[in-house]
Amino acid sequence: MDSSQLLGITTFILLAASVLYIGLFIFRAHALGVTATALTFIALLTDTAGIIMRWVESYRMGIGHAPLSNMYESLIFFAWSIIVLYLFIEFRFKNRLIGAFVIPFAFLGMAYGSYATEFSREITPLIPALQSNWLIAHVVACFIGYAAFAVACGLGIMYLLKARSQEKGGNRTSGGLLDSLPDLRQIDDLTHKTILFGFLWLSAGIITGAIWANSAWGTYWSWDPKETWSIITWFIYGATLHARFTKGWGGKRIAWLAIVGLLSVIFTYYGVNFLLSGLHSYGGGK
Amino acid sequence: MKQKENPIITFFASVSLALFVLFILAITSIIGTVIPQNETPDKYLQYYGEKWSTVFHALNITDMYHSWWFLSLLTLLSVNLIVCTLKRLPHVWQTVMQDNLKTTAERLHKMSPSRVFVFNGPAAEAAAAARVLLSRTSTRIKEKSTATATMLFIQKGAWTRFGVYAVHASILLIFIGAIIGTLYGFKAFVMLPAGSTTSHVYEMGSNRLIPLGFDLRCDQFTLTLYDTGAPKEFRSELTVLNDKSELLKKSIVVNDPLSFQGLTFYQSSYEAKQGQLFAQIKNTKTGAATGLPVKPRTEVSWPDAGVRFGVINFEETKNGAASGYRFKIWFTDGTGTPSEFWMDFGATAKIERPATTYDFTLTQHYATGLQVAKDPGVWWVYVGCGLMLAGIMVAFFLSHRRIWILVTAEGDRTEVLVCGGANKNKLGFENQFNALLARFANHAQFTPQG
Ligand code: HEM
Repeated sequence: MDSSQLLGITTFILLAASVLYIGLFIFRAHALGVTATALTFIALLTDTAGIIMRWVESYRMGIGHAPLSNMYESLIFFAWSIIVLYLFIEFRFKNRLIGAFVIPFAFLGMAYGSYATEFSREITPLIPALQSNWLIAHVVACFIGYAAFAVACGLGIMYLLKARSQEKGGNRTSGGLLDSLPDLRQIDDLTHKTILFGFLWLSAGIITGAIWANSAWGTYWSWDPKETWSIITWFIYGATLHARFTKGWGGKRIAWLAIVGLLSVIFTYYGVNFLLSGLHSYGGGK
Repeated sequence: MKQKENPIITFFASVSLALFVLFILAITSIIGTVIPQNETPDKYLQYYGEKWSTVFHALNITDMYHSWWFLSLLTLLSVNLIVCTLKRLPHVWQTVMQDNLKTTAERLHKMSPSRVFVFNGPAAEAAAAARVLLSRTSTRIKEKSTATATMLFIQKGAWTRFGVYAVHASILLIFIGAIIGTLYGFKAFVMLPAGSTTSHVYEMGSNRLIPLGFDLRCDQFTLTLYDTGAPKEFRSELTVLNDKSELLKKSIVVNDPLSFQGLTFYQSSYEAKQGQLFAQIKNTKTGAATGLPVKPRTEVSWPDAGVRFGVINFEETKNGAASGYRFKIWFTDGTGTPSEFWMDFGATAKIERPATTYDFTLTQHYATGLQVAKDPGVWWVYVGCGLMLAGIMVAFFLSHRRIWILVTAEGDRTEVLVCGGANKNKLGFENQFNALLARFANHAQFTPQG
């Protein structure tokens, strides 16, 4: 078995886990829960194994480098980070329903990585600009941050659904579907923590990227579209963190900001590479 | 704290303003990612027509990140940050430094979480027992006694309240670094052919000549490719000289520049000199070496060593599928008869002369493209970045936790109030607090109330 088969299997396991989590949420069939968690855990193992194998394969090809150098590899790591963050939250808060809002992001990341036609999935040698340890730090930090923002977006959607059903006359009409979700204040608090965590990693990602740029061509910031979009995303989440300290910015707006923030992340990652062109196009996305 | 405030200060200290500025920055920043920056005026005319390009120029959108209005937004953010901090910091300072034993009993009773226990015994004994139970949470207990009451206090992480202010200060440090870099630094470029020396570089944009204050020589440039034909490495051998004496030698690649006297030289690009070769010659006895560009059928000299040579002929070679060139060299160092021989492109020949042997290598002649930067502000930026990460970590992982115990005696009854609070991670605090309450509840002499 090679890494691409293993990662393909991971995609399907994540699909199954997503279906089970959503089934668990909609039908409240608690028996599904344990299986969903088990599948997610297996997906973590196969994804980890896939990453390690890809790393080994690159060394066998004589161009060894960490599998964090192109769009496909970063998506795999993105899914990996979401799974780890999610499992942590599930064990910490003892609530599986969050999975219905989070694990689909990991699946979508893997599926997009595996089936998109815009980029190649081959292991390619690193061009000189990418030969830097800062690259690894940069990609790892950015994608842990993005994963946290995906989790926060899932939590935001969950918050809005629950808030809407409560406004519509509360628990009776909704048939208790959303009752088993954590209460609004708890979701809100978790969203805020997740965003702060993501903000930490996004900041680290921007900073390591700046240090890398400075060691490669003597400019730590040049306002190219990729950098600019990453700072736009940073401004949005920065504002979101402060929204709590302003009167009138209740949980709903923060939930919306978590969604808008993720759109900005997606644009930073996808839009800049394929819709705008810039300095970074040499990386085929990082 | 309750005085009426100057409305201007209230405005500049408000978090609403911060939200507003951050959103405006986010939205306006998009413009420059959609409209190309720093193109020539006719490009804008060509892409956007006359009307729009006039608008762009009027609003400096062609270089928006350095425009007066964008810089004003950043300034507004800084002012907001400074005023907000100046307004809040004294209060935070007080919270961190205050004597928590001065808190009144009333305020303690209003705290949440809190719990009252009745102690079966005299107050002094209750205080002693409470001290033992509390010391399992922290041994750094502060204590104050009056005639009727004893107050015990522990806290952790008071300083963490400064975390967000470190983050805020870090933004200012980064701005200061950027300003220093703009005022006292420059970005420049030089295309330096192998074998040549330069004493100046050219500023980016203006092409202004900037003297280095020393000489920089490129001894060799090598390009390595992967089997796929993709570039693997660009490498320049550089020497810093002062009046012909070599001060520093370094081989640079992308991501590993040469720094000297506040200037940094980055491997940025290269250029192959069409139809030109580069000869590297080394006298194996004296160690003297040089690199010289060579045009076929033109005599080249290395005056310091009395060497003269030239490529007098060349032909294509076929070696299976691979094709290349070989060259006929004529070489003399002034002793004996000149040597004449054929050698392959890229190979090293050993030239035996009466007094010594020379290593002679013939390769493509390249010029190396060096980006040159002077940025005395970069350390401010890096310190700011470090401070920012440290500050956010403090804000995320750490909190300020406080626990008070108040033992009061009213007649025969000894009451013990256990209360506390945390500024963040209330869940984590409650676990710790509940563990403490459990220790009290398990103690034979303490009985929970209510
Ligand atoms: C790009 C600029 C800024 C960044 C990166 C930033 C970052 C942060 C961070 C990470 C926190 C902690 C949030 C949390 O614990 O949830 C925070 C808190 C805060 N920030 Fe900012 N901030 C910025 C600008 C501002 C500005 C302009 C103001 C001015 C009003 C401001 C006022 C505050 C306040 C009042 C808090 C809460 C402090 C507390 O917990 O006591 N920030 N900031």
